[in-house]
Parts: sequence; structure tokens; C-alpha cells
Amino acid sequence: MIGIATYFAFGCFALALLMNLWKIVTAPDVADRILALDTMFINAIALMVLYGLALGSAIFFEAAMIIAMLGFVSTVAYARFILRGNIIE
Amino acid sequence: MDSLFEFLVSAFLVIAGIFGIVGSFGLLKLDDPMSRLHAPTKATTLGVGGVLLASMLNAAAFGEYFSMHELMITLFLFLTAPITAHFIAKVHIHRQETRETMPAAGEDDHWATHDTPEDEERRNAAADPADL
Amino acid sequence: MNLFRRLFPHPLLTLLLTVTWLLLVNGWSLNSLLFGLGLGIMIPFLTQAYWPNRPRLSRPLKVIEYVLVVLADIVQANIIVARIVLFKPNAERRPNWITIPLDLKTPEAITALAGTITMTPGTLSADVSDEGHTLLVHCLDAPNPEAVRAEIKERYEHRLREIFE
Repeated sequence: MIGIATYFAFGCFALALLMNLWKIVTAPDVADRILALDTMFINAIALMVLYGLALGSAIFFEAAMIIAMLGFVSTVAYARFILRGNIIE
Repeated sequence: MDSLFEFLVSAFLVIAGIFGIVGSFGLLKLDDPMSRLHAPTKATTLGVGGVLLASMLNAAAFGEYFSMHELMITLFLFLTAPITAHFIAKVHIHRQETRETMPAAGEDDHWATHDTPEDEERRNAAADPADL
Repeated sequence: MNLFRRLFPHPLLTLLLTVTWLLLVNGWSLNSLLFGLGLGIMIPFLTQAYWPNRPRLSRPLKVIEYVLVVLADIVQANIIVARIVLFKPNAERRPNWITIPLDLKTPEAITALAGTITMTPGTLSADVSDEGHTLLVHCLDAPNPEAVRAEIKERYEHRLREIFE
């Protein structure tokens, strides 16, 4: 049962990633593009944790955590660059 | 007992998958930029939260290791999601709106995103020097 | 007592850092507990010069109640937003700005309120006014802005005032 549920979740998050990619390509404004990138980061974390669950190993959590931190920092840095013209004042 | 845990883990995974896809679908479907911010910040947080919860339960019930790591990632995401949403909202206000198109700012003059250095000087000049 | 304050300028931060270290190590041993405690003592002691005005929590136990209320609301928020996204046509949705006059004064309390608003049903805090007296909130679907404002003020701001003031 867990196997089927895992594949279902894999499919959902993979489709979500594709939708985000489509949004990045067609977004009308830079704010939407940042938002789609941020959502992509979150979906990537979910995929990574799912992979760890499917393989039964704890190795992927470090990677997921690093992706989480990188995603947060890069989103804020991008938004701040648009807002202020530089990142560290 | 085992089948109960199995059911719980599967349920969490399915719920997480549905919320994850709804969040990204909202990004495509909603038609004004501020509303688009709502779907991903909420739905994906519960989506990832459900996956992490399922992983934690799975490790505790069936795995040979016990893992609390997921709690860290969940907490981190719940703390950072409002901050990224706030920044993206500010980018939108900065690029698409002017002081005139925004609602009135209550007892103050304008919103912080539209603040300029001149406004700050004016505020500092108006403030009582004893307060500084 | 004075010496204690000086060595542990921020006891809660010490506890938080120790727990975070234990979670990062992902295991339980005396070794990692001692190392985490060492970090928890060193970091607040070395950085205390950088936060001169710490907020005082007048009723710390209320935080637990607040967190539980917010967690329940987050789950509810997800279901509401998912239903709006999936089943409500864009033409019927009423997105709206609402402004919330703030009774909270400290920046920490306002930040907590803004974060809570973003995580809860159909609302998203977008900006704060130039002198920090008003909060700008965007609603995904608000036919009745007054009700949303009243609910936020009563449900979250009232509790935060009890915690911080």
C-alpha cells in the first residue's frame, strides 16, 4: 500500500514541478517568476524526501535541508535585488 | 498495528500529493498576481509537511533508524514561507502599483514599499529630537 | 543571579540552540548533548552585544495555546484555499485588499502577527505602513472585508497582545 501511495505522490509532485516550469516560461512579470521558482524549490524538497522514503535511507535529509535553506536564501536575495538594486547594503 | 501505520503513512502521502499539485495548479489557474501568491505558500507547505510526517512515521514504524530530522525541515519551512511570501508581495507592489492605486494606509501616509529617502528625512525632521 | 544573567543572557535561546543541535545530529547521546549545550551557551554569550533590546514575554505559557490555534488554522486554511482554487471560477472570486489598524507596538509582535496572517485561511500580509501603524492584507476571497478584519483582530492580535504586553 505504501508503495502505491509513494508512486502517487511522486507523480503529483513531478506534475507540480512541470506546472511550475511552464509558469516560469509563460509568466507575465518577474514577481510571478520568483514565486514559481520558490514553489519549484519546495516541490523539489518533497521529491527528495519521497525518494529517501522509497529507498529507506536517511541520507537524503541533509540534501533536502540544504535545498530548503538555499531556496529560502535565493528567493529572498532575488526579491531583494529587484526591490533595492543590491543585496547586501 | 502494522497495517494501521501502513494506512496512516499512505494517507499522509496521498494527502500531501494532492495538496502539492493543488498549490502548483493554483499558480496556473488564478488570474491576478496577488491571488497567485496564496496557493503555493499555503498548499505546498502542507504538501511538504505531509510528506515529511509520512517519512517520520515510516521511519519510526518500519525503518531500522529513528529520525527526527524531518521536524527540522518542517519547522524551517513553516518559518520561512511567510517571509518569502512577504518579499514576493513587496516585489509585486514595487513594480505594479503606485501610491495612488493602493488602499489608504490608515492613520499613516503610505505603505513601506513606496517609502523614499525624502520621506525618511521628513519623518526624522518632524520627530521630536528628545525621542531619538 | 546577576552572574547567571551575565553568563546566560538568553536562557530560551540556549535551550533552543541545544534542541536544534540534537535534532541536527539526529540522535541522542551525552556527547552531542554536551556539545549542543556548549554551543547554546557560547553563541548567546558572544552575540549578546548585537541585540540590546530584547522583547520581554509577559506570559510565555500562552505561546503554546497560540501555536496550537495557529496549527489548527493552517490545516483549515489549506482545505479552504484548495477548494477555492479547484472549484471556484475566477469570475466569482472577490480578491480584496484590507487594512488592519495595529494595536501592537513592538516589531517582534507585528512580525509574528504578519507571519500568522500569511499562514491562515485565505489571507496574506503584504505590507506595513511607513510608520508601522497599519498592516496591509490581501484576501483571496473576501466578499465581506469587515468580518475578516474583525476575525484577525479578535483571534490573533488579541492573543499576541496577551503574550507580548
